[in-house]
Order: sequence, then structure tokens, then C-alpha cells
Amino acid sequence: MSNTLSRKRGRRVQPKGRSVDPQALADIRELLGPAPRRRDLLIEHLHRIQDSRGHISAAHLVALAQEMGLSSVEVYEVATFYHHFEVVKEGSATPPRLTVRVCDSISCAMAGAEALIDGLVSALGDGVRVQRVPCVGRCERAPIAVIGQNPVAGATVAAVQGLVGTGATAPDLPACKGYDAYRAEGGYELLRQVDSGEIAVDGRPVDAAEHVIRVLEDSSLRGLGGAGFPAGRKWRILRDQPAPRLLAVNIDEGEPGTFKDRWFLERDPHRFLEGMLIAARIVGVEEVYIYLRDEYAGIRAMLARELAALRADPPCPLPPIHLRRGAGAYICGEESAMIESLEGKRGMPRLRPPYVAQVGLFGRPTLEHNMETLYWVRDLVERGPEWFASQGRNGRKGLRAFSVSGRVRNPGVHLTPAGITLRELIDEYCGGMAEGHELYGYFPGGASGGILPASLADLPLDFDTLQPHGCFIGSAAIIVFSRQDSARALALNAMRFFAHESCGQCTPCRVGTAKAAELMSRSDWDQGLLDELAEVMVDASICGLGQAAPNPLRCVMRYFPQELGHDDAQ
Amino acid sequence: MTMRSEAGAVQFTLDGEAVAALGGETILQAARRLGREIPHLCYKDGLRPDGNCRACVVEIAGERVLAPSCCRKPSDGMVVDSTGERPRRAQKMVLELLQSDMAETAYTRDSELDAWSARLGLGRPRFPAREQPPGDVSHPAIAVNLDACIQCTRCLRACREVQVNNVIGFARRGAEAEIVFDLGDPLGESTCVACGECVQACPTGALMPAGGLGLEAPERRVDSVCPYCGVGCQLSYHVGGDRILYVTGRDGPANSGRLCVKGRYGFDYVHHAQRLTVPLIRRPDAPKQALLGLDPADPFRGFREASWEEALDLAAAGLREIRDHQGPSALAGFGSAKGSNEEAYLFQKLVRTGFGTNNVDHCTRLCHASSVAALLEMIGSGAVSNPVRDAAEAEVILVIGSHTTANHPVAATFLKNAVAAGKTLIVMDPRRNPIADHATHFLQFKPDTDVALLNALMHAVIEQGLVDEDFVARRTSGFEALKAHLRGFTPERMAPICGIDADTIRAVARIYASSRASICFWGMGISQHVHGTDNSRALISLVLMTGQIGRPGTGLHPLRGQNNVQGASDVGLIPMFFPDYQRVDNSEVRSRFEALWDTKLDPNPGLTVVEIMHAVTDGQIRGMYIMGENPAMSDPNLNHARAALASLEHLVVQEIFMTETAWYADVILPASAFPEKTGSFTNTDRRVQIGRQALQPPGQARQDLEIIQEIARRLGLDWDYPHPSAVFAEMRQAMPSIAGISWDRLEQAGSVTYPCLSEDDPGQPIIFIDSFPTPSGRATFVPAPFTNAAELPDSEYPWVLITGRLLEHWHTGAMTRRASVLDRIEPEPVAMLNPRDLERIGARAGEPIRLRSRRGEVTAFAGADDGLQPGQVFLPFCYHEAAANLLTNEALDPTAKIPEFKFCAIQVAAAEGVSP
Repeated sequence: MSNTLSRKRGRRVQPKGRSVDPQALADIRELLGPAPRRRDLLIEHLHRIQDSRGHISAAHLVALAQEMGLSSVEVYEVATFYHHFEVVKEGSATPPRLTVRVCDSISCAMAGAEALIDGLVSALGDGVRVQRVPCVGRCERAPIAVIGQNPVAGATVAAVQGLVGTGATAPDLPACKGYDAYRAEGGYELLRQVDSGEIAVDGRPVDAAEHVIRVLEDSSLRGLGGAGFPAGRKWRILRDQPAPRLLAVNIDEGEPGTFKDRWFLERDPHRFLEGMLIAARIVGVEEVYIYLRDEYAGIRAMLARELAALRADPPCPLPPIHLRRGAGAYICGEESAMIESLEGKRGMPRLRPPYVAQVGLFGRPTLEHNMETLYWVRDLVERGPEWFASQGRNGRKGLRAFSVSGRVRNPGVHLTPAGITLRELIDEYCGGMAEGHELYGYFPGGASGGILPASLADLPLDFDTLQPHGCFIGSAAIIVFSRQDSARALALNAMRFFAHESCGQCTPCRVGTAKAAELMSRSDWDQGLLDELAEVMVDASICGLGQAAPNPLRCVMRYFPQELGHDDAQ
Repeated sequence: MTMRSEAGAVQFTLDGEAVAALGGETILQAARRLGREIPHLCYKDGLRPDGNCRACVVEIAGERVLAPSCCRKPSDGMVVDSTGERPRRAQKMVLELLQSDMAETAYTRDSELDAWSARLGLGRPRFPAREQPPGDVSHPAIAVNLDACIQCTRCLRACREVQVNNVIGFARRGAEAEIVFDLGDPLGESTCVACGECVQACPTGALMPAGGLGLEAPERRVDSVCPYCGVGCQLSYHVGGDRILYVTGRDGPANSGRLCVKGRYGFDYVHHAQRLTVPLIRRPDAPKQALLGLDPADPFRGFREASWEEALDLAAAGLREIRDHQGPSALAGFGSAKGSNEEAYLFQKLVRTGFGTNNVDHCTRLCHASSVAALLEMIGSGAVSNPVRDAAEAEVILVIGSHTTANHPVAATFLKNAVAAGKTLIVMDPRRNPIADHATHFLQFKPDTDVALLNALMHAVIEQGLVDEDFVARRTSGFEALKAHLRGFTPERMAPICGIDADTIRAVARIYASSRASICFWGMGISQHVHGTDNSRALISLVLMTGQIGRPGTGLHPLRGQNNVQGASDVGLIPMFFPDYQRVDNSEVRSRFEALWDTKLDPNPGLTVVEIMHAVTDGQIRGMYIMGENPAMSDPNLNHARAALASLEHLVVQEIFMTETAWYADVILPASAFPEKTGSFTNTDRRVQIGRQALQPPGQARQDLEIIQEIARRLGLDWDYPHPSAVFAEMRQAMPSIAGISWDRLEQAGSVTYPCLSEDDPGQPIIFIDSFPTPSGRATFVPAPFTNAAELPDSEYPWVLITGRLLEHWHTGAMTRRASVLDRIEPEPVAMLNPRDLERIGARAGEPIRLRSRRGEVTAFAGADDGLQPGQVFLPFCYHEAAANLLTNEALDPTAKIPEFKFCAIQVAAAEGVSP
């Protein structure tokens, strides 16, 4: 086999480094077919190899590099960044064909993920690999095991074993509202009007772009991916940027405890697509990129189908829409990391300035939105900004889709007035605490939003309301825990998650998360050192991951000192 | 300090003081210029700032989090705090986190992490250490100590963005993020070319010179230039005792701190045990024989040691006797393109005035003689029109017949940088080599068909109406004749001949001709043919007809091979020219030199390298003085050349090693290696640079300038040049091109580009702006007919042999095979074939194969390289064990007398059980 290194017994027998194995090159050419060999498709192409072989061999990496005009190392460093690619070098065993991934993040951990993992390892044996993975976005039905690409909710050893036995590795496609049904009830009518440039308001035609942007502004719609940037202002900023501009949609929903994007898509994908196309038209973008986390395989298949239906019978001329697939990297939910990933690179966040709105995807001004933000556009325009703005509670405005998981009776996505308190949310929407559980604390914004104690269950939950308490709402992922849980253990789970998901670029995050997790796993926390470390992680990390990673840690020291053995601090 | 209000300056407050940042400066750069160093690790001058280490974070008023000062530019009115409690806490914590993961062992004396930790008063790190990765000592030149790695990616940026070698990557993520080579391979098995840019970039000793050399403390640093190729990289020797410990790149105009494996790691040949340290005289019981019998284990057998007086007397007496009894034309001298301008100048002056003949030449004959012949004929000057780095100003870069990454590695990095910046690179070569990986268009034409391809390109330029009519009308003559000549060279007709389809020919012609600025580089693939001059003529015509010359980013650049082949030619180390290319057969010129040198001069052009060997064979030349050349390895058809050397009545060789040539000598004079002497050297860009002495010559070895003068005195010349500067002063009188360069200026500037006509002339990097240095001021088109190589493959000898160099080995290997690192990287002769051909002859990579031509035979190991077309074999000529020139054909280009090293017919067969 010629994919050997360049020396045999000290003698160079070919140019330096590995040579391309002709068979591997033939494999790659067949797999890629007529697909373009552009750099930005590297991750897509790696998926093709991974999907077809269950792993990516060194020979195929080298052949892919040659085929794409890249160096081997550029392919290798990307392949090893993403956890869904299994690079296997010469002399290493190839992994079993089937992998069962078990989520061990916060909600699943509370639901017994550890026992499930132990049980599956002994029950499934050597032919199937059991792998711990971070949150797969189905926290309302924890614990979750994913057989191949098939997620099993409320997983038990027996259920998983049965499904493995039947080879049930493909995901079910969500039974969403399809294209025809959506159009039949007036869907894409707004897009058609926007596309015409004019929109009828109270029977009078007005400038569509200006009208829609004003609606967004008047309704105070903010980015729902976590950062909360006002959507209308973002559109205005982008419209002022030089063309060509691009739109990138972030559906890399990976924050532990968050599953709202999946929930909306499983029901009404075209409401999102219409919002997306309205944004594209008004901002004037050349092309649209949708970045979907790889864990949502069923949604990917559904979106592909629905996009095909849309393209086959478009309500108006459509821009090119690219559906791109993540590969198992939480960090790619960070806006600039997502752009790097869309460009076929390691998902390492960029330093800002320049901002994505100025220099984004492929160096172009880019409008980047969370899926849900775009989902609301049609409703806001059709129902009017007052409808949305009037929905708030406790002095806040708008609706909020909370992903609720943990120790409540009815976990799931609950659409509530913004500004609702945790206590109201549990009581009014979640049917109270789960049987036998008493509220002890909660994560108001996924793993990164910090932890609040039961004593702060009456705070309005919204953007900007939790900062004084060392927390933020982020993607509105509420994980409720009870007196049967340990805040300290959950904070350690969160820190291990961040260490696992850190891109490794900057010191405070790469080294900081690892050191913090190690210090937090000791029986005695060195609180002084952890506090110093946390401050610097917040202050000096490049992106939100490292900046937010210490939130749960700091909250435990602030709100749950009793767990750290300081009884006098209670 | 006071506020300044310079144009483009930004006023901001730094640590409570009002300061100004100059245009484009980052906060860190402005602070440093103002004498306020902000800690930093991942930032390094010359590398793209990345902002990943966060050691340089500062507090900017109004911003939520701290900002990396290496990446942030100040804006007017910005208030920056770099030393306050908050930024300091962060800076120290970053250092502490990194320190906690540092190896116990120190790998460098210059850890930037340690230095900053000390300056900030950091104590012992309080965090648990990581699990340390294992070391990697697989590479002969570079030790990999990832337990000292801080993931700052300076090495990666050096590898990927500076040298564009793309070996180093950043793989995995989080705490597992690691610096890797290729697919996480041992460095020694990777595609690493050991340029060492990563070592130079590493702040913590994670990448170091192998063997712990970086831990030794040098006593002094000597700034010099590289002794190898024509790129002219400036470097520093770090010397301890009487040894060079290591070499670093210096920020020279041709290299910006970059070096290649030879320049950085190929220095210890000077300390090799086989250095000549005493004069040697052939023993009477060791008569010369034609067949080379040099035993590397006992190289001095057949010679006895002698005193300098005895050796010099004997050397000079032999020459004098031949001159006096058989006439000056029975003598000849080979100088060297490796020596300084001063040595080359004195050597040719010695031959011309002491021997009384113009029979003086050097290896330029073997590399770019045909390029120079065509250039002189057509544009009146043999030098490059634009420097290598003008590629940055170009829109299109054309590289033809050049294995740039191996033979001009640092020049190649600038071409690759240009491609990364969006320029179009067109590469044409029968053999695919790594520069082609960066090309937008790669034309792998059939060997020997350069003229067909170039004429077709010109035909396509004319046909598409892309001739620069204005340029042709104002600046050239003879275009109509060329146009008529090209009529038959249609792309369609040439396509089957050169193997490039007509559409590609037209497309490339259009891209080259219609760009705002196109620059053209070529190497030995053009020149080393019997039609080398025609190849060059065609290329020059293409440049002229498209007007792609005389502006930034355009022009002609024959990449010069040796470190001083440009200079040696400039100062007249060639048989038909006095210094500055003034013809010896021009009586006006000659009388000027007769006046300057105060002696009668031979009016007839002398013989060239290969002609001299033939004249020796014919008995016309009986004595030779060879300084630093190795014709017993570098000449074509070595059996013939070696027999000629053996037949000489008297051969004096001035050398640093017992080379194959020295083995044929009567007297061997031990000379100085490059780092043992001072002199000026002219690079491929026409930059005159200074090389400074770093070491004393070993034993009784002497400075070459001294030895030449000793011989001269014994031939009756009254010479006294106490220092190279005295020689240089005389050169200025003989050479208008460097009249403006004084030795002092050279010492101070380190590099001055000629033409430099007066002391206030800054030097002219770009020439031919308004006219060409011809009598009419115009360039002349010279049509090039398509002809074949002298020896075509046939049924008996069906393969084509291409010879050339390797990245690691210089020329005949005299220096580099004695440089321990270089020889460890490439220790054995390997003949590369297309993998399918290997199968065809029933040999596997690594097994011995026999190569045989009508002139000789060698055995080498087989290698597989799909960059070669079927039927081609590449064999480097640096291995005495398998000397490629035993096979090559001594057929000459009729104009330039350059031999056809790039094409001859051979047989190839598996040679089981035989070792080279």
C-alpha cells in the first residue's frame, strides 16, 4: 500500500510525507462525484466519508486533501476538531460500525445517564461502541441515547438494546407542517409581497423593507440565540454594508438544556424559512447558508425535503439556499465560529472587531440569526408589533420560548410571556415540580447562564434581568433541579462540558476550563484560586464560551456555599 | 510626553499618558515604540497577529471585557490601561496557567514565557500540571518538545503563512488541542522541509534545533549571508569557541528573516574531519589515473603534507613553466561562483594578467550561460530586470523550468505568499514539483519542447490581439521577422508536440499578456539544453511582445543558482568578458583594462568549461588552476572530464575538502570556507551584500584571497591587497555598475542593489524602465526555431534522464554531504521514477536500479514520484556514489556552450543485490 510514509528503513523512497494511495483517491472521487471541491465544502465531504465508512482513514484524508487542493494537515486539523469525525490512522483499529451516543450533560445526568451508560456498556458488548456525548437537544425526555442517528428518548438499557437489535439507526422524520399545507393557509404570501417591494398596510401600499424593519423594531424582537441583539437594528446595519452580503442561519442549538429550535422546526419549518427569505430579500443578500447541528439528523432530512419542495414551486425567485451540517462542536453555535465552520475550517471564534456584520462569511458582510428570531418575523408583521410587545409580564415585553427540563412535571418547550418568573413558569406551564422533588435551584440559561437558588425563583426571566445576579437567560433553557441534586456536581458537569467543547484557541478558556474542572473535582475547592481564575476567564477569553464558562462555578460559590463545607455562610 | 499631531497618527491615552499611535499600529506596537512593553507570547513581529494567548490583554475604557493589545488598534480618544490591577491580574493569570503546564526540563535559554513571568514577578504556578505529551526526536534538524508547547501557533503561522509549507497544524480541541505535523505524524516522517521558520518562531523551546544545541550559550553573533543559493538570505552565525552553534535568519531585503534547511542547518561542514588543513603534494608513487579512486575513508592517500612555501612554489612553478614553454593558451583557470566578488575578480585578473589568457570560466557555464547569452543578445544585459520580491507587485507570476522550492526555497516562499494574496501563478515544467501545488495553471509539457510551447504561446498572443503594440514600436526591433517566424507555430500544431492542449495555451497566453503586471522566473529547466539559448530567446520574446517589462511586478528573472554566480559573472570570471560584461575582443575596452591592470591582454575570447576539458583531452591545455570548483562531479560525461583532469601535466586545486577534482591534483592548497572569510556577494536580485568572517580557518588553511596573491606573486605580479576592501576599491574602477558602492557603504547598509552609479544613487532594483542597455536603446527580437535534444530516446536507450538538485544538497555535495543534518535527511542516491514505471521495470521503491547511458553507468535506489511523467527519470547529481554526470551528455548549446544536463537517453533496469 503506498499510503506509507516517505522513508523505509531510513531511506527516502518517495517525496517527503505520505503519498496518495490510488485506491483511496478513486474512493474519494466516487464518493464526491460531481460535487465541487471548494474549501468550504470540506466538512460536507468529510461527512460523506464518515457516513459511508463509519470512520475516516488516513489514506482517505490524504486523498481528500489532494482532491481538494489542500495540504494533508489542513484536512486533518479540521477532521479532528469535530467529534463526529473518527480519524483512524494506520495501525489503529477501526471503530465498530455502530456507535450509541449517550448524553451525559446536565438534564440527562440528573435523569440517570451514568447508570444508563454503565448498563449499555455491559449489555451491548464489544460490537457496539457506547460513547458519552454532550447535550443532543432532547432534554425534555432525558436520558437520551442516540443509536447511529436515531435518538431514543427516555432511554433504558432494554429499549436501546432492542432497537440496536433491530438495526434502528435512522432517525424518524418529524411530522411537521409541509410546504403545501403551509402555503394553503396563506404561508409565503408575506414573502411574495416583500419580494414585490410593497406591502399593504391598512389597505395602503408601503415600502416593504422599511415596514418590516420597523415592525421588528417596534416589537423589540431580539436575537433569540442568546446574545439578544435587536433584530431590526441588525437588519439596518447590514443593509448599509457593501454588497455582496450573505445570510447565515444558526441552528447549531447546542447549549445544554436548549431544544426550542428543534421544537419549532419539528412543527412548522416553513414559518422559519419564510422569515429567512424575507430577511434575505430585505437585507439584500446573495446567498443563504443554514447551519444545522449534526445531532438533528431527522430535521436535516426534513429540511432538505421541504427546501426541495420550496425550490420546486417557489412563491417568488429564491436566492441560493445552502443547508450545511455541523459535525459535533458546541462552539460552532458561537456566531463567528459558525462562520469559520461554514467556510470548512475549524470552528474557532474570530476576534472582534471586525464584526460579522462587516466581515463575516467568506469575508463578506453577513446577517447572522438564530433560527427562532427569523421564525417570528411573519407573525410579527401579520399580527403587528403591538401583539408581540403586549405579551410580557413583570414589566417585560414579548413572548419567550423556554426549553424546560429537569425536575418538573411537564418539561418541554413552553411559550410564555417574557419576564415570567421561574416559579410562575413551573406552576403555570410545567404542572409543578416533579413528583417527590422540591425546588433547590435552576439554570436560567443553559449550562452557561449560571445557577440560581430557589430563593431567587421570583426574578423576571428575560434579557438583562439576571446580570446583577451573575446569570443570564441566553437561549432561555431552564434546567430545574431539586434538593435531591447537588449544585456543585451540576456545576462540575457544566465545567467539564465547557472543557470538552472549548475550541482550544485562547489560554483562559483552553487551560482555564481544564484547570477549573480539575480543581472542582477535588473534595476541597480552592475558592480563592477558582475565583481568580474565573475572573480572568470572564475578562480575557476570546468568546462567550470562555467568558461564560465560570458562571455556574461562581454561582455555586455565591449561592450554594453550604455544599462547599462552609456552614457558617448559609 | 507631549501629544503629537502627525498625519495618520491616532491620539489615545495609555496608562494615564496621552500618546500617539502611528498609522496602522496596534496598541502593543505603539506601546513598545514608546518603551512600554506589554507582555505577549503569541505575537511576533512578521507574523500575523492572532490574539490567542491573551497575555497582552489591556483594559479599554467602556469595554466590557479586556482586549488583546496585539490585535487592537487604538482609536482617537481611547483610554487604555495595560498595567492596572485588572489587566495585570489577567496577564499574570495567563502566564501562570501556561507555566503550570510547562515541562520540567528547559529546552531553550530564551523562553519568552519565563522572561515575562520573571518581569511580572510570577511565583510558582498554583495549578495542577497537564499530562505531558511525549517528545519527538525523529527529525535530524528539529527537536519537538511539545511538553513546552503553549499552543500559541506561532510555528503554525510561520509554517503556513510565512514559508507556506503547510506542514504544521493545530489539531483536536480544548485541552487536547495540539500542534501536529501532517496527520499527527512524527516530524521526521512528515512533509517538513526543515526550513526552521517554526523553530525561529517558537517562544518556549517546544521546537528547537536537534541535539540540545539551543542550550549552549553563544559567545558572539556574526552577521553574514547564506553560502548556498542565489537568493542571498542574510543570516547570523552564533559562535561559541571556534564552532558555529546555530544559525538564525536576519531581516535581509531578500529574505526577511527566512532561511531554508541548508542555510539554517547546513553549517557544520566547516568543522568536518575531512577539511583540508595542510598543503598537500601528490606522491611520486601515486600516479594519476582516469578512473576516480577516491576513498572517503582514506581521502588523502596518494598525497603528502607540505609546507606552504613548498606547495606554493611547486604550484606556481608548474603553471609558470607551461606558460613560458607552451604559451599562455596552454593554461586555464576555473574560479568559483561560491567565492566572493573579490576572489572572483582577483582570480580572473590572475588568469588574464598572470597566465596571459582568457581561458577562465566557472560553473555559470553549467547553469545560466544560455540565459545570459540570450539576454545580452536581445536586451544588452545579463542580469535580472526585477527582484524576486517584486512578485508581490505582480498580478501574474510565470515560473518555467524551475524547481523553485528546492533550488531557491526562500524565493519560493515569496511566490507562495503572492499566491496566498490572490495572484495568479502559472507553472510550466515537464516534472511536477511542489511549486505546482500552488499554481492556478500547471502546464506539464513534454521534456525538450520548451520552444514549441513558448512559440505557441506567442502565436496565441498575436492571434488574440494581445501584443503591446506601443511597447513593441517604441522599445524593440525585429518584431515583424518574429511574427513571420511564429506563423507556423499555431497552438493546434504545437499541442501534440508539447503535450499542452491549444485551449490551455491560448488561455495562459491571454492571462499572461493581458494582466496589469506579469513577472517571469525561470531556472535550469530552460537553460540546460542544447537549445537553452533558444529557450531563453523565446521566453524573452514573450516578455517583450507583451510589454511585461520595465515596471514594478513585471520583467525577467532567471533565478541564479549559486550564492555568487551573479557576482562572479559580473566581475569577469567568464572567458569572453572583462568585468561588467565588457567584451575582451573589443579593442577600446581592452585598452582600458590594459591601462587599469598595467599589462598587455589577450584579445581572443577564451574557452568555456566544457571546451577547456576538450582542449585538455586534445593536449592543447596542459595546466590548470581550479579554485573551489568540482568539475570531476559537475561536468557532463564525467568519464571524459575525469580522464581529462588526470591527463593534465599540472593541476593546482584550491579547496576546503578533498573533492573528486582535488583527487586529480598535483598540488592541493587548503583554503577557507565561507564563514572563515569576509567578502561581498551578489545575489540573484543584483543585491551586493556582505559576508563576514565568523571563524578562523582550521589548521594551516588560508584565506583564498591570500592564496591567489601568493600564486600571483610567484607568476611575477606585484600584488598587495591587504583586505577585500582593497580589491573592491579596484573593482569599482573597472565596473561602472557598482561605482557608487563603497566598501564602507556596504558595511553599513549590508546590501546595496546595482546598478548604483554614484554614491548618492540608492541603487536600482528595477531596470529597463525607459530603455535597454543596447547601442540603439531597443531590445531585439530573435526568433527561436524548434529543435530537439542532442540525444533522443530510442529503442536501445528508451528513458529520458533529467538531472538536478535536491533541497538538502548543494550542487556536487562537497559541502552539504559533509553537513551532518543535511546528509542525514538525504543520505543516499535515489532515482525517482513514476510509480507505474517502477512497476513496469519490476522494481519497488527502495530497491537498487541500474541507470546506463552511452557514456556511463550508475546504481541508485529507486524512488516513486508521480510528479514525473512516464518514461522520465530524475537523478540528483550530488551523490558521488551514483554520479549522475557519468550519464549526461556533453553536447553543447552552440551559442552559450552550456551542456545538456536536462536531457539524455538512458536505460533503466532493476539491479537486485547491487548497492550504489
